[in-house]
Amino acid sequence: MPLYHDDDQAMLADSASQFMREEGAIAKQLRHWRDKDCKDGFGHELWKQFGEMGFTGILVGEDDGGLGMGHVEAGIVLEEIGRNLTPSPFLASSVLAATALQHGGDEVRGRYLPGLISGDSVFAVAIDEGAKHRPETIRTKAEKSGNGFKLSGRKDFVVHGASADMIVVAARTSGSDDDKDGITLFAVPKDAANMSHDAVRLVDSSMATHTTFDGVELDGDAVIGEVDGGREILDKVLVAGRVGSAAEGIGVARGAMDMTVDYLKQRKQFGKLIGEFQALQHRAAHLYSEVEIARAAVIKAAQLLDGGSDKADLMASVAKAKVAAAAGLAVREGVQMHGGIGMTDEYDIGLYMKRDRALQEFLGDRYYHAGRVAEMSGY
Amino acid sequence: MPENADLDAFRAETREWLEANCPPEMREPVRDEDDVYWGGRNASFKNDAQKAWFEACRDKGYTVPAWPKEYGGAGLSPAEAKVLRQEMAAINARPPLSSFGIWMLGPALLHFGTEEQKRHFLNQIARGEIRWCQGYSEPGSGSDLVSLQTFGEDKGDHWVVNGQKIWTSYADNADWIFCLVRTDKDDKYRGITFMLFDMASEGVSTKPIKLISGNSPFCETFFDDVKVPKSYGEGIPAQVGEVNRGWDVAKYLLGHEREMISGADGGERTSAIGAAMKRIAGELDPVLRAELAMFDVDALAYACMGEKFLDEIKVGKAHPAQPNMMKYAGTELNKRRYELMMAAGGSQALEWDSEETGGGKTARGWLRTKANSIEGGTSEVMLNVISKRILELPGA
Ligand SMILES: Cc1cc2nc3c(=O)[nH]c(=O)nc-3n(C[C@H](O)[C@H](O)[C@H](O)COP(=O)(O)OP(=O)(O)OC[C@H]3O[C@@H](n4cnc5c(N)ncnc54)[C@H](O)[C@@H]3O)c2cc1C
Repeated sequence: MPLYHDDDQAMLADSASQFMREEGAIAKQLRHWRDKDCKDGFGHELWKQFGEMGFTGILVGEDDGGLGMGHVEAGIVLEEIGRNLTPSPFLASSVLAATALQHGGDEVRGRYLPGLISGDSVFAVAIDEGAKHRPETIRTKAEKSGNGFKLSGRKDFVVHGASADMIVVAARTSGSDDDKDGITLFAVPKDAANMSHDAVRLVDSSMATHTTFDGVELDGDAVIGEVDGGREILDKVLVAGRVGSAAEGIGVARGAMDMTVDYLKQRKQFGKLIGEFQALQHRAAHLYSEVEIARAAVIKAAQLLDGGSDKADLMASVAKAKVAAAAGLAVREGVQMHGGIGMTDEYDIGLYMKRDRALQEFLGDRYYHAGRVAEMSGY
Repeated sequence: MPENADLDAFRAETREWLEANCPPEMREPVRDEDDVYWGGRNASFKNDAQKAWFEACRDKGYTVPAWPKEYGGAGLSPAEAKVLRQEMAAINARPPLSSFGIWMLGPALLHFGTEEQKRHFLNQIARGEIRWCQGYSEPGSGSDLVSLQTFGEDKGDHWVVNGQKIWTSYADNADWIFCLVRTDKDDKYRGITFMLFDMASEGVSTKPIKLISGNSPFCETFFDDVKVPKSYGEGIPAQVGEVNRGWDVAKYLLGHEREMISGADGGERTSAIGAAMKRIAGELDPVLRAELAMFDVDALAYACMGEKFLDEIKVGKAHPAQPNMMKYAGTELNKRRYELMMAAGGSQALEWDSEETGGGKTARGWLRTKANSIEGGTSEVMLNVISKRILELPGA
């Protein structure tokens, strides 16, 4: 399979690009909701439009009413989201939660997928416990109780947690904190008693929660997949989410780079366009090279994942780490090459820097994933 | 998405063919310079395995798999060529023939040559009969190549060429040269002719230059009243493209040269090294381990870029200036690779000619890689080209 978008994918990219540019634009969405101090951090109307476009169910199988497409296609949508900084539950709901639900039984799929596909429901995923992503350790416990379970613990960085109609929670049903096995995924509904959210606004004005489960009663059909068999699904959720966030990250990088290169062609100092200065040309060219390479890794990781390759996990970490480096460079160089105006809230380049920072942390930063690459390679 | 059935069949056939034709010795990493077969009039094989592998590939058109059959290739489609590349990589098969003819002159001839030129020269290249060298750089014209001064005076049915080239790789072993010669002193860009001539011509002499790695693979090349006939037969002019329009050919060729130097086609250059470095160093210092991990991320990501670039270039989707980006990124990466290899190797990696180190292979390789970001156009020049042609930044 060639490592570029085929004709269908190119068409999808065109329509996603046009849609995000028109409907998901920074002024219309990110700034609009931020300046209103919106508690969701995104617009539900736009999410419904995502549903009309078919994006919401892009990874959901056709039998369940979705488009049955792959991670290359989800990545195409995410790249446009990143480019326009469009706030939406797409990554959390349509990539992470949808991947988890795909492994659920008929009951749980039937309960949740239609709402996702129509854009009526928002789902979140609760994995992290602590400020850094360490999914190897899971302390949140679900103890057997009658026909169901009782969930106790605390999760952090639950993106869209307070807006979610359902949260996929990774909890321990057996074994000790660091065990690989003994994990179960639960679909916890919004109105569950004894669940409380401490909602926080993040640097990029997206919303997340610290969510506490204080003996949340769940019945047996809240289980996604098998009891104690959640690690395998969790790993699939993680790899999908990492490739997805890398795709969004590369969109952020390209958006910031394009803005910056345009600025180099407009701004004059010393009687010249600043883009004539070789010091800036070389930095821009180096940035271009890094961004191109990172993007190739993202597409490759998505292709491997869609092809069911056993190299997908390694390449997902490569992509996540490489994008973190390239996008970080793009936003830092972006602000610097804009000079003073780059520091103003009025100008968009700073928004790219903020979004990149949040994506860097999501599902593991550059250091975490480079470390994983080393471990998987045997050193 | 499954690959189509034809391609699966081709993959199976290729595997079988490689199994039958690629000797085990040819699946070992290249150790010495004489493990590389360059062909040419004075070539000799290191051993029977090298000979058998070369001849099998030559007869099948696999020295240049994607070239048309009438020019000595196998006429493979881009998808088939990729399969062959993958299958060769999977068994670590060495390239059967290395040559500037394949990497540089061939692509330029395919694009600019006359039909007769192609038939004549490309077949020679594919069959490894003639070894070529590249006469571009001059003492006063490196990055600013277009200022070159070697002059060819028009004498009717021939030119008389005078001047000096420098850094001419393997000039002392080459049979023929593709050479940039000024044929109009009044027009900088439209006064250069891309000439082909025999290094055995009277008046051509070479003087090897020793590199910091201790080898001397390149030379100063002198032309002293060298007579270059204007034609080598019916439809075979001595120049590629038109007279005085050699700059276009020269630039086109540089794109291919840069692609080759970039290591886009994978192999050793784009693999992860951390695990091997741990075996060498025993215990890795944690900070070195971290640097190796960051390097491996970059190397594996670059391998994806190489694959993407080659896929795109075959169907015209790559930006025409993209080889410059590949060359910049690939060579800078390779230099980092060797810095880390030296670091992991410690004092043993310093050994210059001991048997244990294969004659200072790491140290010499480390020094050799420093040329990667100079030869074929420096990294700074690559960045200039990217900013101008890809980012379309203003000025100069
Ligand atoms: C191992 C090796 C093999 C080679 N093989 C061949 C061969 O077979 N045939 C052949 O013709 N040539 C060959 N070359 C020559 C090579 O192409 C030149 O060395 C190269 O183009 C640089 O030219 P230069 O050495 O004159 O350096 P210079 O052009 O003098 O450069 C010196 C420094 O100035 C920088 N610089 C120059 N111009 C600019 C600018 N505009 N902006 C910013 N920085 C600039 C360069 O990047 C470099 O850092 C080979 C070189 C090496 C090292």
